[in-house]
Amino acid sequence: MSAVGVIAEMTLREAARKKVLWLALAGGAAFLALFGTGLHFQMQALARQMPPVLRGAAANTLLLIGLYGADLLTVIMTVLVSADTLSGEIASGTIQAVATKPIERWELVTGKWLGCLAIVTLYLLVIVGGTAGLGWWIGGARAEHLATGAGLIWLESAVVLTLTLLFGTMLSTLATAVLVLGLHGLAFLGGWTEQMGALVHSERAATVGILASVVMPSEALWRRAVYVMRSPLVSALGLGPMANLGASVPSRAMVGYAVVYMAAAFALALVRFGRRDL
Amino acid sequence: MSELVIETRDLRKVFGNKVAVHNLTLEVGPGEVFGFLGPNGAGKSTSVKMLLGLVRSTSGQARVLGRPAGETAARRRVGFLPEHFRFYDWLTPGELLELHGRLCGMSRARLRERIPQLLDLVGLEPHAGKRLGEFSKGMLQRIGLAQALVNEPDLLFLDEPTSGLDPLGRRLVRDIIAAECERGATVFLNSHLLGEVEMTCDRVAFLKQGEVVATKALRDGSAEESTVEARVARLPAEALGGLDRWANAVRLQGERLTFEARTADLPEIVRYLAAQGADVYRIAPRQRSLEDLFLEIVGEDGGL
Repeated sequence: MSAVGVIAEMTLREAARKKVLWLALAGGAAFLALFGTGLHFQMQALARQMPPVLRGAAANTLLLIGLYGADLLTVIMTVLVSADTLSGEIASGTIQAVATKPIERWELVTGKWLGCLAIVTLYLLVIVGGTAGLGWWIGGARAEHLATGAGLIWLESAVVLTLTLLFGTMLSTLATAVLVLGLHGLAFLGGWTEQMGALVHSERAATVGILASVVMPSEALWRRAVYVMRSPLVSALGLGPMANLGASVPSRAMVGYAVVYMAAAFALALVRFGRRDL
Repeated sequence: MSELVIETRDLRKVFGNKVAVHNLTLEVGPGEVFGFLGPNGAGKSTSVKMLLGLVRSTSGQARVLGRPAGETAARRRVGFLPEHFRFYDWLTPGELLELHGRLCGMSRARLRERIPQLLDLVGLEPHAGKRLGEFSKGMLQRIGLAQALVNEPDLLFLDEPTSGLDPLGRRLVRDIIAAECERGATVFLNSHLLGEVEMTCDRVAFLKQGEVVATKALRDGSAEESTVEARVARLPAEALGGLDRWANAVRLQGERLTFEARTADLPEIVRYLAAQGADVYRIAPRQRSLEDLFLEIVGEDGGL
């Protein structure tokens, strides 16, 4: 196995051995239990209050709210899993014995990235798959284009992961986590500013929001995911959690931009780690 | 150049405004046990890190095993025990050795043979089932040594290898260094423990404020300079100057004569004193310890 594979395997094993993965999955299971219970009682109440055609739209909206929670948890989980993986090992000196083995620095970063991505993907499959499954089982709710939507959430997590690793080559673990979560918060606020701007026809507000997405495209990917997963009726009614105004939807170009953004962040992480003193 | 295992020319490292290593010029030959001595902050660890590619030099040249320092191909034949090392504490010692062996490109079959040998060598076989998080400092130092040896390196860098070890552990380190030397490996040893260095090293370099201020062979006894104390009666005052041919710092107080000279020159000195009509009652060379040398070369303030 190549050095990349060895490092990736070690990163995965570390998450499992240190119980990070299991605790995260236990937290995810608690989230799913809460979501399922809430959905059950909400659907019972809706059955008494709404005609069947609207119940379907309401169930889709409730499912999207659940997926929003899953998305947020995945982003936080991504930062927590990856913030320490480079910066922590640099600070403690653990990396010295590893980096002096006959491996290239890029192999070390790539291995860490792949290992963290595998953990995040597993988490995302459980939590997004679980939310979608419970929505269908309890509320009969179905997300349109679930695979595309989940793919966009995965891309959002990959962007967050890559940025976390990049900052991890320069900053302490805590500073890295604070910075990435701060940027995600900025993107969240930017998304709302963009939508509100579009709704009230303020081009400047919309531009400010778009600029925030350029700085950090994570939230734009979520809004695109909501757009593709909304049922046609929910779209027609202009509903949807955290993207319910429907006035401004991130374009496919924004998805392409996010991919380029991630590739650039990854390349920068390789260069930065390759040149830094350990 | 190809004969040397380590060769540096004017190697320099600057961190911001601080010069950590100042024009380091070193040569270490194959099979040598080379001691790198200096006070805290002299630049010893930074120098080792430059040789291993962990730290980029600001200027100068360094070659390790015939290749530019830090090159992956050179690191394939190198073992390293870092100072204040930390390893993944969630692994067992066997798993740690397997990780480092695999990173060195060793096959699983080879590692199945090698890992028990290494655990036995460093005395950790009874603790093979424990995680490193449960290890004492001395046990961690032992597993650190084992990981440095996993790939049977041609060049072994040991940065404070006896740190945290009890006398038995220190003896183990000395035995391992001797065994590695016998196998043909070169050992580069950073240590504060001058007694350990004196017992194990063939040659030492003294580093002060990031610069090699002296190198010294430790095994060549005849070349060793000693402080000599003699009891001499009836030594004519004019004969004292004649000692300058062999001795430095000559002093006569009553019958007590002291000077510094090479051990090999002592018979000649005794013959000279007798020829001058002096009665020599006692002559006692006191070889300077490495600690004396260290203090003399580096200074009491440690170069700080």
